[in-house]
Amino acid sequence: MNWRSARAIFGHEMARFFRTVWQSLASPVLSTVLYFVVFGAAIGGRIQAIEGVPYGAFIVPGLMMLTVLQQSVANASFGIYFPKFSGTIYEILVAPTGWIEVTLGFVGAAATKAVMIALVILLTSFWFNGVHIAHPFWMLAFLFLTALGFSLLGFIIGLWAKNFEQLQIVPMMVITPLVFLGGAFYSASMLPPFWEGVAKLNPVLYLISGFRWSFFGLADVPVGLSLIAVGLMILICMAIIRWIFLTGWRLRE
Amino acid sequence: MRPIIDIDHLSKRYDSGTVALNDVSLQISEGEILALLGPNGAGKTTMISIICGLVVPSGGTVRVGGHDIRRDWRAARKLIGLVPQEIALEPFEKVIDCVRFTRGLYGAPPDEAYIEKLLRSLALWDKRDARTRELSGGMKRRVLIAKALSHRPKVLFLDEPTAGVDVTLRREMWQVVQELRNDGVTIILTTHYLEEAEDMADRIGVINRGELLLVKPKDELMGEFGKKHLTIALDVPLATLPAELAARGLTLSADGREMGYDYDTRAERTGIARLLADLAERDIAVRDVSTKQSSLEEIFMSLLEEETA
Repeated sequence: MNWRSARAIFGHEMARFFRTVWQSLASPVLSTVLYFVVFGAAIGGRIQAIEGVPYGAFIVPGLMMLTVLQQSVANASFGIYFPKFSGTIYEILVAPTGWIEVTLGFVGAAATKAVMIALVILLTSFWFNGVHIAHPFWMLAFLFLTALGFSLLGFIIGLWAKNFEQLQIVPMMVITPLVFLGGAFYSASMLPPFWEGVAKLNPVLYLISGFRWSFFGLADVPVGLSLIAVGLMILICMAIIRWIFLTGWRLRE
Repeated sequence: MRPIIDIDHLSKRYDSGTVALNDVSLQISEGEILALLGPNGAGKTTMISIICGLVVPSGGTVRVGGHDIRRDWRAARKLIGLVPQEIALEPFEKVIDCVRFTRGLYGAPPDEAYIEKLLRSLALWDKRDARTRELSGGMKRRVLIAKALSHRPKVLFLDEPTAGVDVTLRREMWQVVQELRNDGVTIILTTHYLEEAEDMADRIGVINRGELLLVKPKDELMGEFGKKHLTIALDVPLATLPAELAARGLTLSADGREMGYDYDTRAERTGIARLLADLAERDIAVRDVSTKQSSLEEIFMSLLEEETA
């Protein structure tokens, strides 16, 4: 293992984050705060509490997940796609650096950024919605594992993409709908039985459910299943990334 | 002496069916400068890209410092630095951070003193805090060289390092290359500027259509393939060239003031002594005599023509 190279990539990616801190941090935080204002403070008071949790607080885990998923995918996909686009990928490919170090560097940085943004959002939610966290350890564990899983997915998208359109199409057309339909703003149990069954085919539902459980002790699916879902996602993504680097698909001629 | 690079029957066929390299074998000794010459699409960049790990070979093996580039790739790549043909730099990054990043990628521990020395040697120290997008084309090339040298490689690949660079800067780059050689770095460069190869290289390889046509020490190549041109300046212009002299291969300039004669330096007899004697016998007064060696460019073109024929 070439740990220094993983650290170099990680530091390089984080430096980009801090160079563009307004775009990277302030922008997603601001948009999520707007959700809090509209759905929490303005409309939330008029919506019935869900299983005893005020609506404004209920949506906090879902909104955090929405941001984490979007940011993880966007950061990781852009992180690896930009060197491909600018041509600087050559120096990563010619260095004595294996797929594990490259993945650790890029994905680690993308997940770290997403977690940082989520934690800032959490801090602001205390102010707006007075959220209480029932299981802080599991909240951090779900947050970290989800950020890791979706950063790995974003990394694959960045490796696969041949242009900026492809880079954005999966987050726009797949991730965002899955989050909205995965219970970011409601509990799956509020749906009619048929649609509740359909919703349970959505892998994101398991992540949001587990994350919400860590806040309120409420879950649409067993917490163990949520952990298995995110664990499986991490393993599958790692296997795909390993295959890409070992075969050189879309990387080497 | 064991070669630092040992290329054995290397081939590359792309999915499109194009054969970029065909059974190329080559050994490069430590500390030498090898210039690879060839037209566009000859296979120069493919060869470098395979050695560096950017392209997967279809057949053959390459060892760098005794390490197989596929089986023992980490050890092999640690020895290599690459300056690519295209300028590829992160536009918003500072020069010094770019160099630190590459050093980190190679697993080398931080060494600010070395980085300062390196940037100073490439006249980049004053620009260390500049964003790379603010630099001129020549400076960007030097940043690429600094990055490639950041981990102190034993072998440096320069893929057309002076393409699109003005004459002054080109000379500066040659100076840098000579200094690297003095430090013991083995250098493999591809270039279209034959003058560059002629000035810098110890050996020259000519590659065309994926085949290595020859690899020879530069002086030997110049000697073997180099013809010389003798120019005889006349005191009194000649109206016509005597037939006997024309039959010997002499030519007369349009103004009748100069005679020209091509001869082979390898020939047992160049015929120059006999020629000058003939001129004296005919009372043709000679004002001056000069010779000129064929340039590498002329040799290169003749090799390609021979191969095409």
